[in-house]
Amino acid sequence: MTKIKKYVPIVGQGVIDELYFLAEKFGGKTVQNINSTAVGGGVAEILTRMIPLMRQLGVEVLWDVIKGNEKFFSITKKFHNALHGINVTITDDDFKYFVSVNHENAKEINFSGDVLFIHDPQPIALVDMKHEHGKQWAWRCHIDFTQPQADVMNFLQSYIEKYDSAVFSAPAFSRNLSIPQVLISPSIDPLSDKNKELRMDKIDRVLERFGIDKERPIVTQISRFDYLKDPLGVIEVYKRVKQYVDCQLVLAGGGATDDPEGLEVLEKVRTAAAGDSDVHIIFLPPASDIIINALQRASTVILQKSLKEGFGLTVAEALWKAKPVIASAVGGIPLQIAHKYSGILTYSIDGTAYYLKQLLNDQTYANKLGINGKEHIKHNFLITRHIRDYLLLFLSLYHRGDIIHL
Amino acid sequence: MYPSFYFKSNFHLVTLLGLKAKDPVELLEKIKKVPRASIYYHTHRFLQQHHYLSPEPPNDFAYWLINVLNLKDLGELFAGVDTVSFRNMESLRAEFIKILETYLSRSGRIAECAEYHEFHFISCLTFILPTPYVAHSVKEFRGILSKISINSLYFHMFEARMRLERDENDFSAWFKSIGKNDLARTISKLDPYTITLEGLRKKIIETVSKYD
Repeated sequence: MTKIKKYVPIVGQGVIDELYFLAEKFGGKTVQNINSTAVGGGVAEILTRMIPLMRQLGVEVLWDVIKGNEKFFSITKKFHNALHGINVTITDDDFKYFVSVNHENAKEINFSGDVLFIHDPQPIALVDMKHEHGKQWAWRCHIDFTQPQADVMNFLQSYIEKYDSAVFSAPAFSRNLSIPQVLISPSIDPLSDKNKELRMDKIDRVLERFGIDKERPIVTQISRFDYLKDPLGVIEVYKRVKQYVDCQLVLAGGGATDDPEGLEVLEKVRTAAAGDSDVHIIFLPPASDIIINALQRASTVILQKSLKEGFGLTVAEALWKAKPVIASAVGGIPLQIAHKYSGILTYSIDGTAYYLKQLLNDQTYANKLGINGKEHIKHNFLITRHIRDYLLLFLSLYHRGDIIHL
Repeated sequence: MYPSFYFKSNFHLVTLLGLKAKDPVELLEKIKKVPRASIYYHTHRFLQQHHYLSPEPPNDFAYWLINVLNLKDLGELFAGVDTVSFRNMESLRAEFIKILETYLSRSGRIAECAEYHEFHFISCLTFILPTPYVAHSVKEFRGILSKISINSLYFHMFEARMRLERDENDFSAWFKSIGKNDLARTISKLDPYTITLEGLRKKIIETVSKYD
């Protein structure tokens, strides 16, 4: 378990003191998190890291997980796809079954928390128990709501509006709702394997292992092999820039080995890069965080040329390492990069190639972007800010008005 | 006996209004109706989130007009609004409305943004909290100023005047209350929008040291 005091050298004593102050103001109340999985997936990951830190601050935090069978989770998977704009058919029976599983779970859960903090759509209908238990209910949406399918959105909205507050990760995910909506961005943990400081010899060993030359510029994109991450577009960018700058390209990421589309993309990427020994395509197994960290730290410029993105925390990871980043202006990326101040936002292969060439040729400007980017992440996208926002959210549930004196 | 100065700090919880604009016409329509806290958020967010940058990026409206709609002329007008000269959010809102109405009355073609690049209206809840620091003299004030968090400096110089709509920044008000009128005037004349917060801290400390 990471001790909260270990963050002091990173964010300063003042920031940690303020967290203790906010926790004290929350006055011994209990927050009860409820989601659908204890391990795997982003929500479980953030709760696993955050809950011990909140407990150290003096906040009572509980975590319950709902149960569901294969049928339930196949329906929630359909919800997930529909919310991402994929056209799927969800029947009335599916909706009814979804609600019935939520109600069955509600009978077994001891709603003892003062704040019920429900994560994502799977347990959303637990809020039907609000009339029995009272208390404050907040719904935390971790997923992309940009292009939701209307029937699923309407169904979910009928539940969202029963909550006291809804929390989204990016402005584009908000809706015209009758309840308060809060923006809380996700965060990275500077002490995790993916982000902690690494010794230079460790970084060098990773480069040697993959045959990457540390004497020449390294351009990297870390992402799973998926059309939406546009790895083929990245290769095209590299080919255009390579005519002028003798650089290398690293495309590294994981992906499910049973995902036929992922394998197809990987194959196409390998074909597009065939014959060029300066293109390094690295398919990483799970738990490769240290390798990802090392590759990012060894890079000269980092790209995130996604066509669509949820929040895109790989950008925050790269900026935290003070790397100049060129990324598409999609999803949550514009929150992480102010164009030409803390990175570069682009809209096309042409634009990305233009700026890549510029950053590779002008290291002073590139370094300045990286330094600004790191500062931006330090103040706005670390786990300590995330905890602060959650504490403010919980406090807001007990106060009226938009100016609150603590 | 002088009144003491109690240093406070603040945090914002960002709230979403579910409103967006795709062009200057919709921007005008929404600027007219969003809460004052939203105008405040969009004109001050960059100060806190990018307080280490110099020059700082402009306000959110200007940033979107310049970088998304590519309306450099209109964006420049928004960026050039002298925020420090406005007493409150309603007068600042009125200025933005005037700029947009003038622009729209002259412009034949209305630029629209690409899908998913709309301007999203955001607002905020302000939490004000005490700090352990209290100054009983100008000398003590100067010493504490070097220790307080950037949030605390921000609160007294920006939030107090523009969000809580006090007549002047808290530091100047206190200096006046203890008879240091020249110092109060000098601090009031600073344009805090054109330097980084650390630069502002340094400038205030330098100024105060001439009077303690």
